[in-house]
Amino acid sequence: MSRLAVPKTYKLFIGGKFPRSESGRVYEILSTKGDFVANAALASRKDLRDSVVAARSALSSWSGATAYNRGQVLYRIAEVLEGRRAQFIEEIVSVEGATAAAAAKQVDDAIDLWVWYAGWADKYTQVAGNANPVSGPYFNLSVPEPTGVVAVIAPQASGSLLGLVSVIAPVLAGANTVVAVPRFDAPLTAISFAEVLATSDVPSGVVNIITGKPAELAPWFASHADVNALDLAGAGDLDWVDLQIAAAETLMRVLPPVEGVPAASLARITAFTETKTVWHTKSLI
Amino acid sequence: MTILSTDHAHSLVGTDFSEKNLKAVLNGLPGVDAVGLEARAADLGTRSIKTSSKAWAIDKIISLIDLTTLEGADTPGKVHSLAAKGMLPDPSDTATPRVAALCVYGDMVGHAVDALGTLHGDPDAGLISIAAVATAFPSGRSSRAIKLADTRDAVAAGADEIDMVIDRSAFLSGRLGLVFEEIQAVKQSCVRTDGTSAHLKVILETGELNTYDNVRMASWLAMLAGGDFIKTSTGKVAPAATLPVTLLMLEAVRDWHAQTGQKVGVKPAGGIRTSKDAIKYLVTVSETVGEEWLTPHLFRFGASSLLNDVLLQRQKLSTGHYSGPDYVTID
Amino acid sequence: MSFLEYAPAPESTGLLNLRENYGHFIGGEFVDGSGESFASISPSTEKHIATFAAGTDEDVNRAVVAARKAYDSVWSKLSGADRGKYLFRIARLIQERARELAVAETLDNGKPIKETRDADIPLAAAWFFYYAGWADKLDYAGMGANPRALGVAGQIIPWNFPLLMLAWKIAPALAAGNTVVLKPAETTPLTAMLFAEICQQADLPAGVVNIVTGAGATGRAIVEHPDINKIAFTGSTAVGRGIARTLAGTGKKLTLELGGKGANIVFDDAPIDQAVEGIISGIFFNQGQVCCAGSRLLVQENVHDEVVDRLKTRLGTLRLGDPLDKNTDIGAINSKVQLERITALVAKGEAEGGERWSAACEIPEKGFWFAPTLFTGVQTSNTVARDEIFGPVLSILTFRTPAEAIAKANNTPYGLSAGIWSDKGSRILAVADKLRAGVIWANTFNKFDPASPFGGYKESGYGREGGIQGLSAYLEGGVR
Repeated sequence: MSRLAVPKTYKLFIGGKFPRSESGRVYEILSTKGDFVANAALASRKDLRDSVVAARSALSSWSGATAYNRGQVLYRIAEVLEGRRAQFIEEIVSVEGATAAAAAKQVDDAIDLWVWYAGWADKYTQVAGNANPVSGPYFNLSVPEPTGVVAVIAPQASGSLLGLVSVIAPVLAGANTVVAVPRFDAPLTAISFAEVLATSDVPSGVVNIITGKPAELAPWFASHADVNALDLAGAGDLDWVDLQIAAAETLMRVLPPVEGVPAASLARITAFTETKTVWHTKSLI
Repeated sequence: MTILSTDHAHSLVGTDFSEKNLKAVLNGLPGVDAVGLEARAADLGTRSIKTSSKAWAIDKIISLIDLTTLEGADTPGKVHSLAAKGMLPDPSDTATPRVAALCVYGDMVGHAVDALGTLHGDPDAGLISIAAVATAFPSGRSSRAIKLADTRDAVAAGADEIDMVIDRSAFLSGRLGLVFEEIQAVKQSCVRTDGTSAHLKVILETGELNTYDNVRMASWLAMLAGGDFIKTSTGKVAPAATLPVTLLMLEAVRDWHAQTGQKVGVKPAGGIRTSKDAIKYLVTVSETVGEEWLTPHLFRFGASSLLNDVLLQRQKLSTGHYSGPDYVTID
Repeated sequence: MSFLEYAPAPESTGLLNLRENYGHFIGGEFVDGSGESFASISPSTEKHIATFAAGTDEDVNRAVVAARKAYDSVWSKLSGADRGKYLFRIARLIQERARELAVAETLDNGKPIKETRDADIPLAAAWFFYYAGWADKLDYAGMGANPRALGVAGQIIPWNFPLLMLAWKIAPALAAGNTVVLKPAETTPLTAMLFAEICQQADLPAGVVNIVTGAGATGRAIVEHPDINKIAFTGSTAVGRGIARTLAGTGKKLTLELGGKGANIVFDDAPIDQAVEGIISGIFFNQGQVCCAGSRLLVQENVHDEVVDRLKTRLGTLRLGDPLDKNTDIGAINSKVQLERITALVAKGEAEGGERWSAACEIPEKGFWFAPTLFTGVQTSNTVARDEIFGPVLSILTFRTPAEAIAKANNTPYGLSAGIWSDKGSRILAVADKLRAGVIWANTFNKFDPASPFGGYKESGYGREGGIQGLSAYLEGGVR
C-alpha cells in the first residue's frame, strides 16, 4: 500500500521569511505531462515593494561583512545545495521534463557555479581595483563597491535552477542584495532553493525571490527609485527597451537580456559595482 | 590695570602652569595637514604684486628687516658697516627707508649702540633697534645660568630685543614644562633696572622640530610663556624659514589673538634672499593675520642678503631699467 | 594705501589670435556650418568674442561620416604606438600653447586665470600624456589581448571646464583607437576651436577628431545618430537621463558624468585651517560651477561656530573681479541663465528659512557675478540642501555622530563626491567605506588626476573617466 505524500506549499521568499503573496494570488504549475504539481504564489507589485525594502535593509550588513565572510556564506550555499541534490533533480525532471542526467548536470553546474563565485568574493576588488599614481602627495585607491539593491529577471527558457543561480550569484559576490524573479513556468526550484538559502548562512533579506510574471513585475522594478540596478538577463521576450527607458529616470544601471544562461564571468560581478576612488593626503610631517 | 602676558596664559591653562596642564592645552590644538598647509602657502605664493603695490611692498620689506650678522668672525668694524647700511641702505636714494633693527651677537651690542648713535630707537618711529641673540645661540646647549647671564648682559649693553632659542632637545623629548620655564626665565632676564623690558623673540628652530604639529605646539608654548615674537630659525639650521612654516606660525598668532586679544609678532629668519620671496611673506601676513601685522613690532624678516636684492628691485622700479650688484654696497 | 588691494595684474589677451567667425572642424578642416551662427560672449564683460556655427543635423552627419571614414581607413589600422605618438604631440602642443589657451579659456568661460593657468590647461595636457602611453599597451588594460575599439564616439561636454573636459573625452577615446565627434558647450566653444588648430599642428589624420559647435539640438543630433557607437556626456542629470532614454535598447556604450550635491564632512578633530581651505576650494573653485563641488558642508556641531567664523573671515580675503587678473580668486558666472538659476535658488533658500551670508565683494557693473555665499541653519529638507545650485553657494548643516554624518551625506539621489576631514585615519577609512559617492577626498578636496578614475553613483551617472577605468569605457568588454 503506497503512502499518501505530503505536498509542499510553495510561497515567496522575502526578508528571510516565506510569505504568501499579499494579493492571495496563485498559479498552477503543471508537469510536462500536464499533471498538477503545485500552486505557486503569483507575486504582486506590493510583494515586489516589500522585497525591495527587505533587500535595502539587508544591504548595509551584507556589504559591510568581510569579503572572506561573504565568500564562506556563498560556499555554504553550495554545500547545502549539494546535500539536497536529489530533491532538485526530481523537481527539475518533473517540471522541466528534463532527463535525469540533464537535471543532474544542471544541479551540479549550479553547485559548481556557487563555488566559483564564492571564490571571487574576496578577489574581484583586487582584480578590478587599483592604486593610482597621481601627480602629487596623495594616496589614491580605486575599489569596486556594491551598486546596492539589484533586481534580476532570471532566464525564462533555460534550466530553472542554473538560470537563477547564474544571475543571483554574481550579484551576491559583489556584495549587493537581490530581488529575483525566477523562471515563470518553472518556479518551484527557485522556492526550494530559497529553502537552501534559509538554511545556509545567508542573512535575511540578502536574497529575495518572488515568483510571478516578469512582464507584470519588471516595470515596477524599472521605475522603482530604490532599486539601483536591473539585470534583464531573462527579459528578452518582454518590451525590455521600455524597461530600460523607464530605468533611465533614476539612472538605474541596466544589463540587457542575454540568450540562455549568462556565462560565468568576472564582468557579471563588476557590472554591479561602482568604482569608488579615495584620495588622502600623504606626508611625513 | 595692565594685563600681563601671563594673565593670558592663565586664562588658557589655569592657575597652575604644570607640564600636565600645558600639555592638555597644547594637545588640544587642532592638527596640521602638511599637504594642505603647503598647498595653501604655494597658493599665496602665486599672488602677482605689481606696480604701485610692488613699490609699497619693497619699502615695507626694508622697514621690516632685522639686518643680521651672526658670524664667529664678526668684528666691531663689520657691525659699524652693518649699521651704516641699515641707516642709509641706498646712498643714491635717501628716501629709502631704514631697516627695523640690527641683529648681532650679545658682545657686539655695544658696538651697534655706538654705530647707530641717535638713530638707535623704536623702529615704529623710524629708528633702528638692536636685537641680540642670546641663550647660547644657536644651539642653546648650556646651563640655564649661562643663558640668563647671556641675556642680561645683552640687555645691559643696550639691546632692545632678545632673540632666544628654545631648548629643542627638551621640547622633542616631551619636557614642555622645562621649555616653558626657560622662556619665562629669559623673559624675566629681559627686564631692565628701570623696570622696562627688552622684547623677547622666541626662536623655535623649526628646522629641528620635524613636524608642523610640533611647530604649532611650540608656537603656542612660546606665546603662553610670554614671548613677544615667535621666530622660525637661527639661520644656522636648514631648512630655515619656509613659507608654510611661517604661514602656520601666523595662524597660531591669529588664533592666539582671537583668544586673548594680544598681538604677537612673527619673524621668519634665514633663507629669504630675494624680494620676490619676501613679497610672498607680505602677502601671507596680509591674508592670514591682516595688514595691521605689517609693522616692525609685529613682523620682521631676519636676513642679511635680502636687503641688497630689494634695493636692486627698488632701483629698477624708480629708474625703469635693471640694476646690477655693483650698484649696491656689499655691506 | 592698502596693500591687500593689490594693484591690477592682468594677463594680456595680446597673445590671442582669434578669428572673427568659426565654423566646425570636420575631416581635418575648418568648414562653414550649414545653419545659423551664434556669438560667444565673455561673461565677465559681456563683450563679443567670436561667432560660431550652430551645428545642424547635416553638419553632425558630415562629422560622423568623416569620423567613420577616418576610423575605417586610417585610425583603426594605425599601430597603438603611432596613435600614442599623436597623443604625445597633442600633449606637448597644449603645453607649448598653455598661456594662450589659459587666456582664451578665461575670456570665454569667466573663470579666474589662475585656475585656467594652474589647473585646467596643465591637467588637459596631463590627460593627453597619460592616455598617450596607454595607446600601445591596451593588452594590459584588463580586457585580454587586442581589445577592440568601439568605433566612432560622440562626445558632449559642458561649459565649466571646457578644454579639460575635451581632454577627458578625446584622450582616452583616441588612445583606445576610436575616432570622435565632439560638441563643446554653446557658451564655451573657443578652446575647442583652438584645440582643432592643435590637431592640425600635430598633423593628426583628418577626421580622427571632429568638432561641431552648437547647443542642445546639435547634441541631440549626435546622440541620435545611428552610426555612432558610443556616447560620452558630461552635464546635467536631466539631459543625461534623456540620453539614457534615447540610447535604451541600442546597446551603445554610454558614459554619463552628471550632477552632484557633494557632502564635505568636517569632524571636530579636523586639521582646521586646512579644512577651511578645503571647504573653500570645495565650493568656490570655479565659482562652484563644478559637478563634484562640496556644496553641502556637514560640520560636527561642537565645532560649527568656529568653522563658520573661520570661513567667513577667510572668505573676506577672496578677491572677486576681472578673471584675467592673476590675483582674482572668484571670477564670473558663466552665463546669464546660470546666474539667474543661482539667484533664484538662493532666494528660495532664504524663503525656506536658511540664514544667508554673502562675502562683501564689490560686484562689477558688467558681466555675471555672484558673491561667495553661505547658508547656515539649513535643514536636510531645504532646497539649498538638496538641489544642485552649481554656483558659489555653500549650505551648512550639522551632525553629532559619524553615523548621522554618513546618513546625511548619503541622503541624496546624487553620488558623485564627498569630503572627509579628520585627523583620525581609521575613522576616515571607515567613513569613506560607507559613503555612496564615486570620489572621496580625505583631508583634501577637488583634486583631479588623469590616473584617478572619476565618476558617480546613482543619479550622478555611470562609467568612469580617468585611469584604466576611463580607458575601458572606450573598449569592448572589460571588468572595470
